[in-house]
Amino acid sequence: MSDHDHNHNGDGVSRRKVLECMTWAGTGVLWTISGGVPHSLGLVGSAQAAEAKGLTFLQISDSHVGFDKAANPNALGTLEEAIGKIKAMPVKPSFMIHTGDITHLSKASEFDDAERIISQARLDVHYIPGEHDFIDEEIKLYRERYGRGTKGSGWYSFDANGVHFIGLVNVVDMKAGGLGNLGAEQLAWLADDLKGRSSSQPIVVFAHIPLWSVYPTWGWGTEDGARALDLMKGFGSVTVLNGHIHQVMQKVEGNVTFHTARSTAFPQPAPGTAPSPGPMKVADDKLRTLLGTASIIFKPGEERLAIIDTPLQG
Amino acid sequence: MRFVNFRTAGIRLAVAVAMASQIAVAHCEEVSATIDNFTFEPAQLTVKVGTTVTWKNSDDIPHTVVSAGKFRSKALDTDDSYSFTFTSTGDYKYFCSLHPHMVGMIKVE
Repeated sequence: MSDHDHNHNGDGVSRRKVLECMTWAGTGVLWTISGGVPHSLGLVGSAQAAEAKGLTFLQISDSHVGFDKAANPNALGTLEEAIGKIKAMPVKPSFMIHTGDITHLSKASEFDDAERIISQARLDVHYIPGEHDFIDEEIKLYRERYGRGTKGSGWYSFDANGVHFIGLVNVVDMKAGGLGNLGAEQLAWLADDLKGRSSSQPIVVFAHIPLWSVYPTWGWGTEDGARALDLMKGFGSVTVLNGHIHQVMQKVEGNVTFHTARSTAFPQPAPGTAPSPGPMKVADDKLRTLLGTASIIFKPGEERLAIIDTPLQG
Repeated sequence: MRFVNFRTAGIRLAVAVAMASQIAVAHCEEVSATIDNFTFEPAQLTVKVGTTVTWKNSDDIPHTVVSAGKFRSKALDTDDSYSFTFTSTGDYKYFCSLHPHMVGMIKVE
């Protein structure tokens, strides 16, 4: 994939073409912002990385450190493999985002193990919590480690190379029978955070549970996600990066690209294909083909969009 | 306090004894529920006052059993259990605070 701009004037890069273009078996999503426009490079090799001007960053998700059940008895090991691939990248990304479920049970030892492995990438990591990171008795371990400088239950924003990044928390105070929840306080903060920004500034929003309704029957969506998206309607480029569902999903709706990343721990079934969304046990030699993440390539003003699978293996 | 009433009103005493014996019987009741495939099973249970309900999580994912303002388990890992004894009548709706689409109800009579 020496030129990810190919097929520029066609109907967009076909999935098959994108897969052909894949030259590496990676684990994260490498994003590059050129001229304020996010592209994904899919953690490819030097030819592609050389094109990365400006900002590049990485997304990992759902490490579930501490998980040791049949679907993957060694989730820490596969996280380590993922970080190993990141360390081996020819061009160092600017930073990494982690879209939650760092740990499986919010144990101090799990947070410590995760930190020990993830820090080996030697990148700044911007975290947001998953529901598995908030289940210690006092709900303090995540906040002690990653809550500094954040608002409310852990939301925040920052700018990097002209792109505005917003980390949201939608795993707190969920209501019976409902989905993920942002809540009034966070939405008010978001409205304020976006106020006065140029509509041409690219927005990247990341949160654990998908902000869009992927499959409400399994709780895969956010009750008030649409209200957050309403606040971004005026912006020309909005990219929503989520985890939680341990598989690639994407959707484009107007100015908004939605994308969910893979887990580094265990796969979950496609919506409705199993009795429940629980961890999916697959053959040992297939596991690593379902771990890792996936990426989106897009440019403003174009409908062109592609999914690039970047599994740990295969 | 009650004993004062028992002594002062024979009828009340008789009623109270009857109630107490009923409660005593109810106290012995234990009912099991499971959490399996992100579902509380059975989703609705009818029990008598004094019954202890025990939920056991059979999933590979932690769950909680939470009834707002009434009871709240910690996160239950695989094969962990949580018990709650229902001492008053009413409808107790509950859910998993981690996976809120999981809901159940205990009717206590």
